[in-house]
Amino acid sequence: MTPRRKRMLIIGLLLAGMGVATALILQAFNQNLMYFYSPSDVQAGKAPDARDFRIGGLVVAGSVKRATDKLAVEFTLSDLKQEVVVRYEGILPDLFREGQGIVANGKLGPDGVFAAREVLAKHDENYMPPEVAEALGHPGPDATLTRSAP
Amino acid sequence: MIPEIGLFLCLLALALAAVQVLFPAIGLLRGETAWLAMARPAARAQFVCLLAAFATLVHAFLINDFSLTYVAQNSNTALPWQFRVSAVWGAHEGSLLLWALILAGWTLMVTLRDRQLPGDIAAVVTAVLGLVSVSFLTFMLFTSNPFARGVPAPPDGADLNPLLQDFGLIVHPPMLYMGYVGFAVPFAFAIAALVRGRLTPGWARWARPWALTAWLFLTIGIALGSWWAYYELGWGGWWFWDPVENASFMPWLLGTALIHSLAVTDKRGAFKSWTVLLAIGAFSLSLLGTFLVRSGVLTSVHAFATDPARGVFILCILGLCVGGSLSLYAWRGPQVLAGGSYSPVSRETFLLANSLLLAVSTATILLGTVYPLVIDALGLGKISVGPPYFNLVFGLLMIPLALALGWGQFARWKEDSLGRLWLQLRFAAGAALIAGLCLAFVIDGPARVTAAVGIALAVWIVASTLTGLWARCAGRASPLAALFSQPRSFAGQAIAHCGFAMSIAGVCLTVAMSVDRHERMAPGDSVQLGVYEFRFESLNEFAGPNYQADEAKFTIYRDGKLVSELHPQKRFYKVRGMPMTEAGIDAGFTRDLYVSLGEPLEGKTWSVRLHYKAYVRWIWLGAILMAVGGLLAATDRRYRQTATQPAAAGLRAQES
Repeated sequence: MTPRRKRMLIIGLLLAGMGVATALILQAFNQNLMYFYSPSDVQAGKAPDARDFRIGGLVVAGSVKRATDKLAVEFTLSDLKQEVVVRYEGILPDLFREGQGIVANGKLGPDGVFAAREVLAKHDENYMPPEVAEALGHPGPDATLTRSAP
Repeated sequence: MIPEIGLFLCLLALALAAVQVLFPAIGLLRGETAWLAMARPAARAQFVCLLAAFATLVHAFLINDFSLTYVAQNSNTALPWQFRVSAVWGAHEGSLLLWALILAGWTLMVTLRDRQLPGDIAAVVTAVLGLVSVSFLTFMLFTSNPFARGVPAPPDGADLNPLLQDFGLIVHPPMLYMGYVGFAVPFAFAIAALVRGRLTPGWARWARPWALTAWLFLTIGIALGSWWAYYELGWGGWWFWDPVENASFMPWLLGTALIHSLAVTDKRGAFKSWTVLLAIGAFSLSLLGTFLVRSGVLTSVHAFATDPARGVFILCILGLCVGGSLSLYAWRGPQVLAGGSYSPVSRETFLLANSLLLAVSTATILLGTVYPLVIDALGLGKISVGPPYFNLVFGLLMIPLALALGWGQFARWKEDSLGRLWLQLRFAAGAALIAGLCLAFVIDGPARVTAAVGIALAVWIVASTLTGLWARCAGRASPLAALFSQPRSFAGQAIAHCGFAMSIAGVCLTVAMSVDRHERMAPGDSVQLGVYEFRFESLNEFAGPNYQADEAKFTIYRDGKLVSELHPQKRFYKVRGMPMTEAGIDAGFTRDLYVSLGEPLEGKTWSVRLHYKAYVRWIWLGAILMAVGGLLAATDRRYRQTATQPAAAGLRAQES
């Protein structure tokens, strides 16, 4: 092999390696993209049923039900048009309250209940996550999220 | 009256910054060197003005001057005095003033140490720093004036965000800003070299200690942020791939590439164009970080500003900086950037590989951070990128990086042979393999592979570092004396690399071996977590200076023996009406025991979070070692020698 060919081979291999790496990175990226849906989107069947997504809305007053023996909790999330029931097991963030806007990450179950892996609420009393504000149709103050997740 | 003096001083500083830009520019265009001399005194005077302005703001906080809107929004009479001082940079306006002050501080240091530089280069460096200062002072004065008065003045302030009432916040932002802003100095150097059309080896030697110093501050700042999140957010996480964390991590990664690339340019004269590009990139990413944090486009702990005008303003600064410097690079680059030569197996090659890997890591993080923002801005929907993406991609990229690090710190400059490298490093490779295999057998669970690979890489880095030390010292008449007479830069390199290994080990072991549980507990209950028994003893009320708290008492036993007693609190800050979790942590070298209160359920029953965190301290101890290494390297004698004997050093640099 001439030096020239050898160099071409090395460059070719490098390019191929970079191509494969880029493809793998983009695939990982795509698999971990989470889309945001409002309760109306979910009820309209727009949300995926096989992959994780984020849902946001206001916690309906009086809807928070806790199990008495475990840390399971169930509450209803509303965008003032439609509602979705969210189930979560674990500790809720400090500022989770009825009437507050929150965001949850998780999957939609076959029973139409959203199984949350993580619940996010904000460290401020006048909180409205921007996604929730938009889903509700009016802009709200941007804000801090705190997490509940393991 | 005093706040108005502060405002006046800021305006004066802006004028001085303008002098610092215009005089050298005019002088260079007209070829009159006398004009250049104005840059230095203007820069120094600007620092004095900003320091005094900053002092007036601190004073306003200390005397509770709530007629200032900024003070009224971020302080309170019940706030302890140390938090009143740190509240100065606890929100948007004040932190911009701190940014400007730190920039002026770096500029002052440059003017104190620039006698060794050619006069025109020194003037351009000062002018570029002045231009950055003009942008930020304009931004602060026109969109976010910390000295603005509110009428009528409220009787008491709205208090500092309770999350920020903590020692971590007192030190985290100044450290981070020292790092961010510090990268302005190598950036200014790169621009000066491009503007003047010369990039000598002396250039890299001069820029190195500055880049190292900025990098070490950024390292400490990021580690402090991670540590603060761990104990203050109350759920035991230490890194979330939160956009704001990414914003500080990206300049760090490129900064790491920069300090290594500068070493090659300094010693071998190679990689010049790459080094210049990295210097531009590291500072641009610092600006991007400021934009992400300050513009309110992000939802995070740090995003206080919500004014879109501010976002547009910073975006303009960012666009001008990146666009301007890259255009300059494209225009003048070819003139200044002739590189040295090296063979495919050499230290240069390994360093280049690592530089590229760091740049690719930065790019993948940039993709995950900025893509959702772009999609949102274009109105294509709300998306977010999950941490698994970052963990997977970044983790995989760290493997070749750590491997090349081991070879690279051992390989010779210019040319080496794979045979020699293998012969020297086979024991290190063996040790790494054995350590990895052992761990794979010891640890169970889904993260077994992560832990085994991580430990193998950590051992590989440490072992190859030790092999390098051995090779330098063993053959000498007195090995121990040889060890202690190594130059500081070499010691710094060894310590920083061991710190990096320690952080890798800490991350992987924490991920693999930690246990955490969410439990319902009432006083009298106990829960077994591994070998530790957590007992909830009692629940009491506790009154702090500006909060009310429920305080639990937990005792932790191992084999019936008391290990620790923890007092986690759930605080309620009265002024803001915010609850806060204050975790109880028993810190140890090999493990932390961590208890935090969730929420009251019924009666005295609480939801409680219990953690056994294995080796979590190693993550931050490793970062401290990296910073110590950076400090040793930055204070190496060769840079001080250049300071005293510029001519001789210049000659030596040309010979090598």
